[in-house]
Amino acid sequence: MSIPKTLGIETEYGIVHRGTDEPNPITASSLLINAFLAAEGYRPDTRSDVVAWDFIDEHPDVDARGFSPMGAMAPEVETHLVNAVLRNGARYYVDHAHPEMSTPECADPLSVVRYDRAGELIVQRSMAAANELLPPGQELVLYKNNSDGKGNSYGTHENYLVSRDTPFGEIVRHCTAHFITRQIFTGAGKVGAELPGQRTDEVHYQLTQRADFFEEEVGLETTLKRPIINTRDEPHADARKYRRLHVIVGDANPSQVATFLKIGTTALILSLVEDGAIPTEFIFKAPVASLRHVSHDLSLREALPLADGTTITALEVQWELFDLVRKHVDDRGLEALGGEWVDEVLRRWEFVLAGLEHDPMDLADQLDWVAKYRLLEGYRERHGLSWSDAKVRAMDIQYTDMRPERGLAWRVGLEQLVSDDEAAASISVPPSDTRAYFRGRCVRDFPEAVVAANWDSIVFDVGGDALRRVPMVEPMRGTEAHVGTLFDESDTAAELLRRLGN
Amino acid sequence: MAEREQIQKPTPERESETEEAPAASERGAELKAELDDLLDEIDEVLETNAEDFVKSYIQKGGQ
Repeated sequence: MSIPKTLGIETEYGIVHRGTDEPNPITASSLLINAFLAAEGYRPDTRSDVVAWDFIDEHPDVDARGFSPMGAMAPEVETHLVNAVLRNGARYYVDHAHPEMSTPECADPLSVVRYDRAGELIVQRSMAAANELLPPGQELVLYKNNSDGKGNSYGTHENYLVSRDTPFGEIVRHCTAHFITRQIFTGAGKVGAELPGQRTDEVHYQLTQRADFFEEEVGLETTLKRPIINTRDEPHADARKYRRLHVIVGDANPSQVATFLKIGTTALILSLVEDGAIPTEFIFKAPVASLRHVSHDLSLREALPLADGTTITALEVQWELFDLVRKHVDDRGLEALGGEWVDEVLRRWEFVLAGLEHDPMDLADQLDWVAKYRLLEGYRERHGLSWSDAKVRAMDIQYTDMRPERGLAWRVGLEQLVSDDEAAASISVPPSDTRAYFRGRCVRDFPEAVVAANWDSIVFDVGGDALRRVPMVEPMRGTEAHVGTLFDESDTAAELLRRLGN
Repeated sequence: MAEREQIQKPTPERESETEEAPAASERGAELKAELDDLLDEIDEVLETNAEDFVKSYIQKGGQ
């Protein structure tokens, strides 16, 4: 039985410190985030006024398959770097030498788009605040991409809450097919290839940033030997009821339509898996090779071998999945699958698949890989440049330059689902319909009393001998409907806790 | 095999159902005009020394 899908995205941004001979990405990332916190009044006096992240419940080394394979390397939790909880319930921190933004928990894909865009605006404000502090001639510039074009990748991860009752093997079987084939609309585009041993001039341009970096079908790693299905079993919620599917195979998308579809289609397919409503199986003979082939095939016509000896194209798999989801929605009704947004995902999914079939170039205002391709191809034609020309490669990177006047993605005419005014309003206001509401309100209303917070608890110091921890193991509780009035009527954190019965 | 062959071709119903296709082509013409405008002004914002910029864009690996 499918459950409501709590959703979110984590984005590691590329960072460049211009005008210095000795750039240090960790220092630069810390400066960036601290500058934002100071500018937004998170830290009026001392460091202790920033609500810190609480690591007590972090277990990234637990494997969803129920075992840890020999030699598997669990990701390390870095506890000493800047790590802040924002008023909108997001987490903003330094991870692996990159600034990373995790959206708050969202209850639908459009809300994810809104908070992803709010994250982009926070990054813009952070750059402006940091550059005020830097000596003249120096500047921090961020990039919302996943590769430096030289074999180094950094991730954009998606999170989906699923029922613990769903066997993990079922998720692996069906999601692998979706992840291989959804690249035709989720890809952010990339000039060249970064496969070891493959000359970049053999692949002029490909659909995704990330496909070149995946080497395994299933596994726990995120920085080495990356797997198509990540098995990290860290639900940040009641582990008896939930698991969290942690998806590491996607690209960072400036395109809001691509983000909406990436999250929306995957959430719906997970609901079908939970409901046992996917009768057709697409078991790929060589999933890792197929992932790359789809990314490298601009014609979208490459026949991919299945385990049963037949072949299929990515577009055909997507049409099949679309038909299954539409049928399931017809059978069960919109409400059972999540509400009105389900209809919008279906409408846009069908529109994009039809467009890809007819002529992908018609989708230049919808999808990143198409928008970037058309721009680069147009520039190449005008100036007679080859794909490997430095100017073309520079434009590839500059597509996701986070400076609004410089970033090409912000000027190329992509359709916006959330206006900048709406997104700006979400910089300091949490979603109303998940537990992020409780976290965000605590940080906003009682910053002096909140000692630490993480995804599923908040620790308060309201005087007295002991700190008080409020657990939030239900991601859909602590919403405005549940606790909004309590906040409105509580003048202090102590009063809030008393009224919560804690 | 036969079943798989069937799904390899989009059904005719699908194409007639897709009302957006003509609209998408009109949109295609609009997009072309917008792209031309952007290409006219893009040199102003592009990195001045593309070669140095690409060479120096090096990131530490992440997740």
